[in-house]
Amino acid sequence: MPSTLFKKVWDLHTVRTLPNGQTQLFVGLHLIHEVTSPQAFDMLRARGLGVKHPERTIATVDHIVPTRDQRRPFGDVMAEDMLAALEKNTRGSGVAMFDLHSGSQGIVHVIGPELGLTQPGMTIACGDSHTSTHGAFGSVALGIGTSQVRDVLASQCLALDPLKVRRISVSGRLMPGVFAKDVILEIISRLGVNGGVGFAYEYAGDAIEHMSMDERMTICNMSIEGGARVGYVNPDQVTIDYLRGRKYAPQGDDFAVASAWWLSLASDANAAFDDEVRIDAAAIRPRVTWGINPGQSVFVDETLPRPGDVVPDERAAIAEALAFMGFGEGAPIKGTKIDVAFVGSCTNARLSDLREAARVVRGHRVATHVQALVVPGSQAVRAAAEREGLDRVFTEAGFEWRGAGCSMCLAMNQDKLEGRQICASSSNRNFKGRQGSPTGRTLLMSPAMVAAAAVAGEVVDVRDFAQYGD
Amino acid sequence: MAIERITHIQGTALPLGGNDIDTDRIIPARFLRSVSFEGLETHLFEDDIVQLRAQNATHAIVDTRFDGAEILVVNRNFGCGSSREHAPQALRRRGFRAVVGESFSEIFFGNSVALGMPCVSGAPAEVARLQDLVTRTPNLVVSIDLEAMQLECGDWRMPVSLSPAARESFIDGSWDATGLLLDRYEQVDETMNRLPYLNGWRA
Repeated sequence: MPSTLFKKVWDLHTVRTLPNGQTQLFVGLHLIHEVTSPQAFDMLRARGLGVKHPERTIATVDHIVPTRDQRRPFGDVMAEDMLAALEKNTRGSGVAMFDLHSGSQGIVHVIGPELGLTQPGMTIACGDSHTSTHGAFGSVALGIGTSQVRDVLASQCLALDPLKVRRISVSGRLMPGVFAKDVILEIISRLGVNGGVGFAYEYAGDAIEHMSMDERMTICNMSIEGGARVGYVNPDQVTIDYLRGRKYAPQGDDFAVASAWWLSLASDANAAFDDEVRIDAAAIRPRVTWGINPGQSVFVDETLPRPGDVVPDERAAIAEALAFMGFGEGAPIKGTKIDVAFVGSCTNARLSDLREAARVVRGHRVATHVQALVVPGSQAVRAAAEREGLDRVFTEAGFEWRGAGCSMCLAMNQDKLEGRQICASSSNRNFKGRQGSPTGRTLLMSPAMVAAAAVAGEVVDVRDFAQYGD
Repeated sequence: MAIERITHIQGTALPLGGNDIDTDRIIPARFLRSVSFEGLETHLFEDDIVQLRAQNATHAIVDTRFDGAEILVVNRNFGCGSSREHAPQALRRRGFRAVVGESFSEIFFGNSVALGMPCVSGAPAEVARLQDLVTRTPNLVVSIDLEAMQLECGDWRMPVSLSPAARESFIDGSWDATGLLLDRYEQVDETMNRLPYLNGWRA
């Protein structure tokens, strides 16, 4: 019977059906970090339980790390405590830890793939909603809460309900200057921030097939912003080429065996989906969010909605968002003055993102009223970017070049907005207060668009700004 | 863990209007800078509270009329965004034992199950009616019956829904899954043995 990748991977990892009807699902790879794991280790200790399969859990530190001065002990006492707890918990349980001295530290969703830990056909869990990122490899990857982190540590399993599958086919060719970020913002705008609840999103179509792994990760990363806990792309030659030679990928003859298995997991040509959506890639233009959730975005050449023009049910939400943002209804988004530009986060801080931003910045200066920073997704991304001289492109233009971490995406370290500042951000969430100031404002966009906004000092169309040859 | 069956939740309610209230609003990230969940409840909705106060308005969570409420009544897609269990932990520690709403984000819903705090859904018009009822009469007792899947408020009733598995786990007391997942562990070993990436690529 033809099947989807989701169903194949789910069935393969199903241990049994629990008495309440849920599936006991084996977790192939468990990733932990310093924010959502210390309480889970405490719960284990309180119950006299240990870590069942320490070899299947990997730890790193990302959310709270300072990006300027990373000498220990951190000046930030709370951050130091959180990292110390993770070090103690991993040492005590035999879990491998990629710390600040490893050369492999970084945002957990950046290092999993770059180390080759993330592989097709795995089930992957992490106490972080952006775990959906790993679905780009054709894994079933989902964010969990701390009690579930406890469950995975204790048993390497989760109790879950299966998901329906919605195939989102993106067909055609993206225009130059339009990126994966624009595609996912378009998808969320169309299907809504809760449209994906109960679904896994399968991203398909030739536009997705032509994307690099970095771009596919950007798409899958923001599945959760559309309500879908899981998003994935079927594994193909692009996936295999990315994984070949990675440190924890299968080595030698195993790689060919693994590759054949990975390809066999792709959704069958005649598989049935619970829902299907089609998107025309050529119609997508650079997108920018204007509101307080990731579904509230427009093309850069469009104007903001008017509460009076939408269905009554949506009016209050639009009015609330416009009021918080201090934007007028019907106003153009282009020309919105920014105070801060942030290139970073698990959505868009991989090498290709930094290259696209640098290409826009090269030969320009950051506007005098703008603070601009680049926070690479990992130490490896940072080192690779430096080998290409990207750090110099950024610093010569007036960007700050920082150490790896989550940084201003959620401002759990010192990197935060102040007051009512507006930030052009390559991150994933524009929620009220998300970037550290309760009244701070976030405009989500692609890294290239952030770079262009940094230089112009306001929201501009990157296609007017940089030359994009065909 | 001792088994705690949850079949009925009764108490006064606190109406919290608005769609898509994300977990960053329920508990802003700066309060996650801790190795424990202790004290989170004191920062529930902190930024929303301050911003409303600046407009001379009162957030329901600090409205003394709703002091002691044990049931939170929300609208659509409550708890979207971050997977932080800190959000339902803060609500639970504040004294809420159930949430009634139009719909919930999946991760928030699952995290709440693990804490023994049911999130039950109702039709939008009926949830709005419930919010209206308890706003006008804050001391009205709301009662949720997970066996009959019904909510009562004074002489008014509305049907509520909950995924069958979650309902079953509350009623039979298995909402804390750890013990169950460790039962019959030989089946986990069998599962691991058939996974190519764990069995030495014997595909």
